[in-house]
Amino acid sequence: MNKITNHQLYRLIAAHFMEIIREPSVIFWGVVFPILMAWGLGIAFTQKGGVQAKLAIVKEIKATDQNQQTKLITYLSTNAVKKDSSYSIVLKNNKLGDATLTFIETSWSKALTLLKKGKVSVIIEDQSTGSKYHFDPANAEAKAAYQLASDLAAAGALAYASNQSDIKPLTISGTRYVDFLIPGLLGMGIMMACSWGISYTIIERRSKKLLRRMVATPMKKSNFLFALITARFSMNLAEAVLLFLFGWLYFGVNVQGSWPALIVLFIAGNIAFSGISILISSRTSNPEVGNGLINAIVTPMMVVSGVFFSYHNFPDWTLPVIQYLPLTMIADSFRSVFNEGAGFLDVWREALVLTTIGTVSFIIGLKVFKWY
Amino acid sequence: MSDSEYIVEVRKVKKSFKEVQAVKGVSLNIKPGEFLALLGPNGAGKTTLVEMIEGIQYPDEGEIFIAGKQWKHHQHELHQMIGLSLQETRFMDKLTAWETMRLFASFYKLNSHRVDEVFKLIALEDKKKAYVDNLSGGQRQRLALGVALLNQPKILLLDEPTTGLDPNARREIWNILLDLKKKQNTSLVLTSHYMEEAEYLCDRIVIMDQGNILGEGTLPEILALSGGHRSLDELFISLTGRHLYE
Repeated sequence: MNKITNHQLYRLIAAHFMEIIREPSVIFWGVVFPILMAWGLGIAFTQKGGVQAKLAIVKEIKATDQNQQTKLITYLSTNAVKKDSSYSIVLKNNKLGDATLTFIETSWSKALTLLKKGKVSVIIEDQSTGSKYHFDPANAEAKAAYQLASDLAAAGALAYASNQSDIKPLTISGTRYVDFLIPGLLGMGIMMACSWGISYTIIERRSKKLLRRMVATPMKKSNFLFALITARFSMNLAEAVLLFLFGWLYFGVNVQGSWPALIVLFIAGNIAFSGISILISSRTSNPEVGNGLINAIVTPMMVVSGVFFSYHNFPDWTLPVIQYLPLTMIADSFRSVFNEGAGFLDVWREALVLTTIGTVSFIIGLKVFKWY
Repeated sequence: MSDSEYIVEVRKVKKSFKEVQAVKGVSLNIKPGEFLALLGPNGAGKTTLVEMIEGIQYPDEGEIFIAGKQWKHHQHELHQMIGLSLQETRFMDKLTAWETMRLFASFYKLNSHRVDEVFKLIALEDKKKAYVDNLSGGQRQRLALGVALLNQPKILLLDEPTTGLDPNARREIWNILLDLKKKQNTSLVLTSHYMEEAEYLCDRIVIMDQGNILGEGTLPEILALSGGHRSLDELFISLTGRHLYE
């Protein structure tokens, strides 16, 4: 009778856990998808060199000068590879990586269409006396394409290859995009897994009247929630370990700081989002409302918390708010442990705030919790 | 406290949801071992009344005693004493029938031995390893009934246990309940809109409509009400002006 397998907490954890691992889509979205995302984004933004710029070039000749040649097109027709009406030229540089420029010769109106569709970033008005460049100065990609094309027009293809001695490529680990990305994805994984795995599960069970059925037995309500959180936590841990192993083996992502600090932060992050998830799901029994509620909490954080790109791009006045969002705190402190060598003393405040957010949300959630 | 001969005593109970008065002052007594049917159309207040007996809802007015105890003060003891199946409960899809039963057994501190006994009782032994979402409607209802029987309850409350089932599946449930009646001293409260179910299983029938009890008694007694009707259906029309199925 006293066997642990007869204990309600054991059976509740086992039931929740079985339900997670027996759903193939859960494995895909929880395990495979984050790894695919890390792989795709890591490849896209960490590959060496690989500048590919496409520009439209429009011949501008006055009616009186029909015999004259425009400057850039003349240069391209002797130095670049011509295919149909486009020229491509590869600029070599060992340290910066090669840059491939493709010039599409076309009319002004077609060039504008290409620009609007994002197929080219710069339109060059090529004249016999020189070229005029039309582009959005706020667009970094267009600015780089302009720089490359104007250097090419002024000094030829070799200009790009020269002056390499003053370039020192960074090879210190922790400075690549993928080093920024993996800790962010680990944080996002906790948020997504808790909000869908805990909130949605509760709401769905309420709507199916399963919660109502369960509390009509001597089941301890706290055991039910504790089991749900525990099953989710163990799954989150497995997902995080797999994502980390992938980052480590494939991209060489390293933890430069303290492992105990990382573990404490991981637990604190799980507490924060478990608490928030209980609060989100404390009342509604309508899965569609639940869906909306979860998205309303999760989506803004996914956008502003700096998982994929630095939140310092947002206006200064928003930063104090953004910095204290739970996902931002998790992502930032994970990064400082991964990349800046932070130890426990550097991140204990974040861990404490996250734990407090989780505990307070949990208590409020439990106070207003509707079992049926 | 009450130390009467009844296992369930419902005294002048009222319950409203916002504007709707679901139960309007109902009194009802059930003896140990008695099988009672609550008959009525949708919206009659049957489910609300049963859920108040189950301790899931609390009455706005009136009192309910189960074995002399009230939900407010004796929740733990009463949970041990009752077994129930709700209308349209869905168990976890990806658990097997056996795991589902084991889970609920753990709430009553029961071991796998009792789980096996119940599977035999509900004749679902060959589906122990099937996932809940692969069970038919009838099998799910038998599983729900099995869960309700785990703790050998003194009072069994079944809310429309056979709604939506085909005649065979319905009969299987009836046989389990009749078997139970022979072997144990369990009281049953069953809500239904099938008259044959009430006739076949129950000692006493209570007819409800719009939150009130319109009549109660054994089948002959209740048919004699308002001048000798041949069937419950006829009686129901004469009491309410409507069909039971509406």
